[in-house]
Amino acid sequence: MSDSADDIKPVSCTIKPPVYLQIGDTKTDPSHSGVCVVDVTLPFGKPVNIEEITFKNYYTAYVTVRLLRRSPGQEVPAKWSTTLRDLPLMDNPHTEGGSQDYFSIHRTQMQVEPDHVVSVRLILRQPSFAWLTFSLEDIRIFPHMEPDPEKEVSDWLSDLTLVDQHPDLEGLPDPQTVSSSIQQMWALTEVMQTNQTTASIGRFDVDGCYDINLLSLT
Amino acid sequence: MMDDGTELSLTIAQIVQRLKGSHLHSQIERQAKECLHQPEIKLESLKEDVRSFLKTSGWERKLQNAVYRELHVQLPPSHPSAPPEHLKEPLAYMRKAQASWEKRVLKSLNSMSTELEVPLARMRPAVEQKELTNKWNEMGTDEPDLSRFRPVYAPKDFLEVLIGLRNPNHDSSEDVSIKSHWGLIQVPLNVRDIPQLRRAYSELNLTSGQLGIDDHAHIHPDLFENEYVQIGKKVVVEQDSAAAQQYSRQGCPTGLRADLWALILNSTNQPQDVMHYEQLMAGVIQHDLLVDNLIYKDVKLTASNDDYYFVFEDFLYQVLLCFSRDTAVLEHFKYNSATPPRSYIQGKGGDEECAVVYPPNGEPALAPLCFLYNEPSKLYSVFREMYIRYFFRLHSISSSPSGIVSLCLQFERLLQTHLPQLFYHLRQIGAQPLRIAFKWMVRGFSGYLSTDQLLLLWDRILGYDSLEVVAVLAAAVFAFRAENLMEVTSLASAEAVLADLSTLKVIPLIQIFLFATAI
Repeated sequence: MSDSADDIKPVSCTIKPPVYLQIGDTKTDPSHSGVCVVDVTLPFGKPVNIEEITFKNYYTAYVTVRLLRRSPGQEVPAKWSTTLRDLPLMDNPHTEGGSQDYFSIHRTQMQVEPDHVVSVRLILRQPSFAWLTFSLEDIRIFPHMEPDPEKEVSDWLSDLTLVDQHPDLEGLPDPQTVSSSIQQMWALTEVMQTNQTTASIGRFDVDGCYDINLLSLT
Repeated sequence: MMDDGTELSLTIAQIVQRLKGSHLHSQIERQAKECLHQPEIKLESLKEDVRSFLKTSGWERKLQNAVYRELHVQLPPSHPSAPPEHLKEPLAYMRKAQASWEKRVLKSLNSMSTELEVPLARMRPAVEQKELTNKWNEMGTDEPDLSRFRPVYAPKDFLEVLIGLRNPNHDSSEDVSIKSHWGLIQVPLNVRDIPQLRRAYSELNLTSGQLGIDDHAHIHPDLFENEYVQIGKKVVVEQDSAAAQQYSRQGCPTGLRADLWALILNSTNQPQDVMHYEQLMAGVIQHDLLVDNLIYKDVKLTASNDDYYFVFEDFLYQVLLCFSRDTAVLEHFKYNSATPPRSYIQGKGGDEECAVVYPPNGEPALAPLCFLYNEPSKLYSVFREMYIRYFFRLHSISSSPSGIVSLCLQFERLLQTHLPQLFYHLRQIGAQPLRIAFKWMVRGFSGYLSTDQLLLLWDRILGYDSLEVVAVLAAAVFAFRAENLMEVTSLASAEAVLADLSTLKVIPLIQIFLFATAI
């Protein structure tokens, strides 16, 4: 996956303040229903193809993502559709796990193609009464770019000379080069054998200290 | 939220990065080059032949063990936007609490330094260095005046900080809401209950053989022990870390424990480890730290008065003094919610090389290890690995499931759920159970159990890669002494009932608590 946070700038969008749904009369019975809606509107007249939505959680247990899409060209009214339902952000709504973690929702996780999106609606749910409030922070939407040739993991690993998990792309190396380098190594070992000394290599220490200035070489 | 394939590639890349350029890497390269002389290595099948040579000569296994070790200490793959402090500890209020605790400790150290006019760190004059080198092996015989030094903090102070932890977003308006208001810990961390623990610790169930139970004198060894020891010997011969860890879940035979633990921790005693230890020793001789006096005092007070550990007094000094200077320990601060306070040797301010990190409290983890390893550099490397994998979590405030906060909460919850009458009674008489159990848990029970029992407990810590068993044992001890505890009427008498744990057999207690408690 490309590291979209570095390469691509998020789309500038307006994030409306979260609206907490209330049950009953707000004045006499201010109990939270545990549902909150956050609307994110994208710049007017410029529908976006979404690559990724990232955010930092603050005690939200589940998030549902709905998209308002307008197909280009046709004068069809924009339609809302649910692209991801009840994605769990916390393992257990009553306990801390995942409560302040960073998340990404990638377009591959979405059930509906997030193209030509005009507006995004995030429906947050927190059924536990353990928390005073819940929300999402730092919501960012990244646009879909043309895919770059992705760096293969094998490139990173190809530096390893030995235990290679590098898929065998080229086949065995040229026998001539291998035999000449082995011959060189062999010659080196022959030279070493004839020049043997009885002095031990030791460890670069004199009088038990590791001061490099006192290295003595035979 | 990455898919599994990407996560795996990332993990592989991270591990490769860490092992590249390591001593093991150069050893394997050298081996591979040398094996080219051998007649069985043919040019046409060079790659396969070299690989099978590495396999048969045991080098592949060593690499596997190294990878396995990296998996243990690696940070979980994280979101690219997550800042480094989030990786150490995701919850903001815990980070804050840890930071203010550290400030307190540091302030205490600094004020001690000013009060006693002892510098935090100084270079030893040559005469003193010579003297210390000469009596390196008998530091215990010294009787310096340590009366002016007092411990920087007591476990009780740390417990008060944990009790005071509050999540600002937690609704504690209701008086007796879900569970935790009976207990002292008020943070809603996710801790496992008995049904979940039964699944996770299935090897401890009543139908599996255990060392600590089925090796008892009156049980015929052919029923379990002999075969189990044979399997253990095979594991040691195979030199397989992962197998050793799995094996350890049912206990390690005494004769094999040192090798098995070293395998699990991938603590090989290579020449460069010996060299590293000697370098640290040189560091101890060169520089004197204020903390050295605290270590000295701590050891004098605890281990040298302990019936089991006093023989190891000298070892303890050597290892702990070296530990306090080991910058390799700094690595673990990447996943430890704590941040090490530093001080600079006077005159070299800003030079990282001479930064001395204030050591965490390692002593409880060390003394029992002296029973297993008698070579200082080996003892040191096993101790250090145990510390940076497990024991550091007992001294820092974090939301980790093995962290001291989770252990305390788990202990309280287990007791509340399965012995509610006992919990209620103790609370009524002003003897909150955690106040008694905390001192056991914060030391991993070191100093409270008899050594053989302690080592059996730690077998399971290593085997399950978690400190949870410590919380389970604490609850099991209360369950065991429940009848007596129901009769007491004060904190002091409750403490008295639980004062002596030296006769307890830990594995039966844990087994009964987990698998024979009615739920």
